[in-house]
Amino acid sequence: MGESKMEEMLLEVNGLKTYFFTEAGVVKAVDSVSFNLKKGESLGLVGESGSGKTVTALSVLRIVPKPGKTIEGTIKFNGENLLEKSEKEMQAIRGNQIAIIFQDPSSSLNPVFNIETQLKDVLLAHTPMSKEDCTKKIIELLSVVGIPEAETRMHEYPHMFSCGMKQRVAIARALALEPTLLFADEPTTALDVTIQAQVLDLLDDLKRKLGMSLVMITHDMGVIAKMTNRVVVLYAGNVCEIARTLDLYEKPKHPYTEALLAAVPRLDIRKTLRVIPGNIPNLIEPPSGCRFHPRCKYAQKHCEEAVPMLEEVEPEHFVACHEWRKIKLKGESGNSGGR
Amino acid sequence: MADANLIEVKSLVKYFPVYSRGVLLKKEVGKVHAVDGISFDIKRQETFALVGESGCGKTTTARLILNLIEPTSGEIFFEGENIVEKFQSAGKQEKLRLRRKMQLIFQNPYGSLDPRMTVYDIISEPFVIHKHVAKEKWKERVYDLLRLVGLEEYHAERYPHEFSGGQRQRICIARALAVEPEFIVADEPVSSLDVSIRAQILNLLGELQKTMGLSYLYISHDLSSVRQISQRVGVMYLGKLVEQADTDELFDDPLHPYTRALIEAVPIPDPKKKTLKIVLRGEVPSPINPPRGCRFHPRCPRAQKECHEKETELAEVKKGHFLSCFYA
Repeated sequence: MGESKMEEMLLEVNGLKTYFFTEAGVVKAVDSVSFNLKKGESLGLVGESGSGKTVTALSVLRIVPKPGKTIEGTIKFNGENLLEKSEKEMQAIRGNQIAIIFQDPSSSLNPVFNIETQLKDVLLAHTPMSKEDCTKKIIELLSVVGIPEAETRMHEYPHMFSCGMKQRVAIARALALEPTLLFADEPTTALDVTIQAQVLDLLDDLKRKLGMSLVMITHDMGVIAKMTNRVVVLYAGNVCEIARTLDLYEKPKHPYTEALLAAVPRLDIRKTLRVIPGNIPNLIEPPSGCRFHPRCKYAQKHCEEAVPMLEEVEPEHFVACHEWRKIKLKGESGNSGGR
Repeated sequence: MADANLIEVKSLVKYFPVYSRGVLLKKEVGKVHAVDGISFDIKRQETFALVGESGCGKTTTARLILNLIEPTSGEIFFEGENIVEKFQSAGKQEKLRLRRKMQLIFQNPYGSLDPRMTVYDIISEPFVIHKHVAKEKWKERVYDLLRLVGLEEYHAERYPHEFSGGQRQRICIARALAVEPEFIVADEPVSSLDVSIRAQILNLLGELQKTMGLSYLYISHDLSSVRQISQRVGVMYLGKLVEQADTDELFDDPLHPYTRALIEAVPIPDPKKKTLKIVLRGEVPSPINPPRGCRFHPRCPRAQKECHEKETELAEVKKGHFLSCFYA
């Protein structure tokens, strides 16, 4: 990366390794993950369960639960390595500059405090303000995320809200201090489709208004297509592919991305679903070489042995695969085949 | 005609009473209108899908058809037999006979398998109950079923926790097939599975339908998978069917404002396709006090005065395309 590019980078993750030291063995949940995020960008982290997408986000915030530990790598946020910060310095960053929304709003809100208290905690933790200002700010926040009658509803408890409304409260809490970077970890997976559309629109709106950068973590290829400019595809703790969203869907270069796109049912066309054989690998003893090779139809002998490196095969299109040249373009591959 | 329909549902209603928290006497204070007068039929070897958001009554409908709960009113015919009456009057043997014809696959394969039973015990349990397979043939049948759903013989000796989500769902499917049913209710069978595994299970269900001549009631909120697997679709909203049509017809030419909004709301995995913004405002109202008139009117972008007052009825607007709306 050249010097001029450095300036606009908000987040640079380099060679991140977060392992979980369990009794059964070491789970290599995130294994040498590198990517970066420009200011104002929406980046997607896609992958299935166990791909390491959530652990990557938790590592950046340094809230990886025990027995997990980040053992290697650098995470530069605004040019400063977060892994070298003290716990106190991290506390000043969390919520204030980097915030996160979790998948299940029912468990990320505290059931024994009302909404006002929970938002107040966040606000007062970072900025001293008077009681009146604080209340005003809370009402404003709740109205921004589309909760009607905010003045009365802020005295209510989480169980009195519907799932969609709870997620709005969680978003309000995450945005309370206008962070520059927001991680949204499967923010709509627990919601119904029409409510999902509302929440995604809300996130998109707020992102634009506040000039935030967004990291969207999901397994839903539809949400990625709708919400992001650039995508990082993760598989079993490794990065497979990084590309601009349009390029990724048009000309996937990694066999996993290609197969994933062909395996997802689409609403607009009826197609025969291509199956990815096998299962997601065990991360205590991941497959040697390329971790996708046991399920890959292009796999060769050397895929079992050598770990593929991420290389830039087209401008801003990175792929980690020995055999990427074999993947045919759209039209020949399965993912175009509407019937 | 009657022969082509495996299942006919006529004006099916299910209300669940809501009680006040009295100390001594429970008092009924209201009713949850879970299913409120729906009619449809399922043909032989067909997949009929029920779609809708949580709380719209799709699962209640399935449980009613399987007679796991009793309807408040309405009739269900299975192969021309009124099974609501049958289940009230029939003896144990007769009930078992009917139960053998219909099976259920649940959403969560982690919760629907007993962790202390081996796969062999799980799949052979239906043999214990229905006694339709001689004991010396159990092993052979279990192996057959395992192979049928894409598992191996040696899996029989293992426990559910040793399997991944997709494999567990295969075990559930094998268990359902053990009684040689004609009809299977699949209640969100792929919702809790990973994306790359979903296609495996959807394709498996499709293959089994062809080879064994099964009929499915496929329940899902995931419209993309519904489009892949079903031949006909019914859209439910607050306990009522609002639209019903052949799958391609419904997705290509949705008529009900709710169906349209539902389809528009699904993000399509293609960044070049920008979805139109007909975002539905508000949320599904409480089924305890469903809105009067058309149940969708408080959220409907096109609601008129009439919609507030008069109830809509499902009526055929095109061949095979049923709609419940005044203005579409």
